[in-house]
Parts: sequence; structure tokens; C-alpha cells
Amino acid sequence: MFDLNGKNALITGASGGIGGAIAKSLYDAGATVALSGTRVAPLEELAASLGERAHVLPCNLSDAEAVTALPKQAADAMGSVDILVNNAGITRDNIFMRMSDDEWASVLEVNLTSTMRLCKGVIRGMMKARWGRIVNISSVVGATGNPGQANYAASKAGMVGMSKSIAYEVASRGITVNCVAPGFITTAMTDKLTDEQKSGILTQVPAGRMGDAEEIAAAVLYLSSPEAAYVTGTTLHVNGGMAMF
Amino acid sequence: MSDVADRVRKIVVEHLGVEEDKVTEAASFIDDLGADSLDTVELVMAFEEEFGIEIPDDAAETIQTFGDAVKFIDGAK
Repeated sequence: MFDLNGKNALITGASGGIGGAIAKSLYDAGATVALSGTRVAPLEELAASLGERAHVLPCNLSDAEAVTALPKQAADAMGSVDILVNNAGITRDNIFMRMSDDEWASVLEVNLTSTMRLCKGVIRGMMKARWGRIVNISSVVGATGNPGQANYAASKAGMVGMSKSIAYEVASRGITVNCVAPGFITTAMTDKLTDEQKSGILTQVPAGRMGDAEEIAAAVLYLSSPEAAYVTGTTLHVNGGMAMF
Repeated sequence: MSDVADRVRKIVVEHLGVEEDKVTEAASFIDDLGADSLDTVELVMAFEEEFGIEIPDDAAETIQTFGDAVKFIDGAK
């Protein structure tokens, strides 16, 4: 339905479940993709399963210099960066009373500050091209909060405010900036939950099931498409009705 | 008028869509030539490309007028 032929996309956290699904959906729509992440083996594996329009660009998002260099590496590999998907994220959960400065800072650094750096790095090219799509992967907990995740929730809410601000600034240049906020999605991370934990979670989800990574990828695909040109500064919640805004 | 000034004027005229004779030495991009803050960023990008130079953010902020731009680029080359 959506045609991304000739578009080049940089996706962070592509070694994870959701990132991999996003990369696949953009690739299947015709985009060339640069897959970034910390673990090289799954990135290589994903690139091989996709095909020749996939490039692997390992990057540690807690390394400021490496993050700043990434947009340029992606542009060198693909010719440009037309679509940026900031999907990488980490958690370091703890109750707030016990949360250390380091637990706070590392989550903010990887989830929010690296997103800021990557946005900055790609916007110059997008301004010249008068076309660009930035999709930042936030989280339902950025809007609702979650006990034990003050750092993570702050980083994901921060992403929303930042995206809206950038959206204002660059809208006149054909660049849109949006967020997708997933709820509970089946990934390697949630596979570790016990059945009891899972059923507890599901009592909060009207849809009565966890979401699939592909359902997040579909939202990202839409916001990356030419058809979504008039959608900017918004957050698309994909959570089975768990929280409605 | 120097070669640099001619090239800078051409970029300004093209980018901001203004008449050439409005682009005087003291003409402010924002106050006189109708640029918004994003236009000034794009002008700096265009200057960097045209002259093969790097204009750091703190220097870019000092470039307010056509004359400022020509002076900076003359010094940077």
C-alpha cells in the first residue's frame, strides 16, 4: 500500500524484535535500510534475510561520538537518510527511592539524548531535500507512568515533547516528526515474563492480548510514507486500548 | 565588488527570493530580507557548500547581514 522505493531509512535498535520488524516492513515497502544496533550478529543475520538493500552499521548509543558519526555513515552507505526511526532503548528499572544517578543518566542518555543527536544529524540533509520522516519510538509508559520506571518513563515522555518541538521547527521544509507509543508487545524482553505476570498485564488490555512487533512496524510504515505528509507532531498509540488519549 | 560577494548575493537572491538590489552590505537577512530563523540556517548550509568551508554554530550566529556573511567567508577562505 505504501511505496518507499528510492527512500533510505536508518533504524536504530534493529537487532531487537520491534526494530527488526520495522526494518522489514520498510524494506518490503521498497526502502533501502541501514540497520543499527549494538549486537552485530543479529544485525548481519537480519540484513542477510532482507537482501541487498540492507546495510549494517553497528553503533553503541551510549557513545556520544559514535552516535554523532552514525548519520554520516548511513548517508555514505545509502546516499542519504530520508527516514530516521529512533527505536533503540534500554531499561534499568528500580523503585524511585533507590534509583541511582547512574541508572537515571544511562537511560536518559541512550533513550533521549541519542535520539536528539541522531535527529540533529539527519535534519540537515532532509532540509535540503525538502522531504524527511522521523519516527521516534516512545512508550505507553511515557504517557501513563509505571512504577519502577521513572527513568524510562521520563525518557519516553521527553521524546514526545522533543518530537513536537522539532516538528514545529521543520514542518515548513516537508519534514515530519512523530512518535509511536507501543503498549505490551511480544518480544524477547516480554517472553521472559512468567505466565502469571503476563495474565496480570492482560487484565489491563481491553484487546485481551499482547501486540505483535509487526503491529508497531505498520504504524511506523504509515508515518514514514508519503501519504502521512500532513501528520506531524503526533503520537500514535498502539496498545490494544490499554490507555486511550 | 568581490567574487565572494557576487556568489553570496546569488545564493541569497535564490534562497530568499528577493530583488538583487535589496541585498546591500547592511541588509539583515531576518529584518530586511524576510528570512526566518530556519532560512538563516539554510543560508549558512548553502555558504558552506558553495565555498567548501565549515561555519561553526557560534560563528553562524554572528552572521546577521549580507556584509557579515561576505566578511566571514573572506576570512575563512
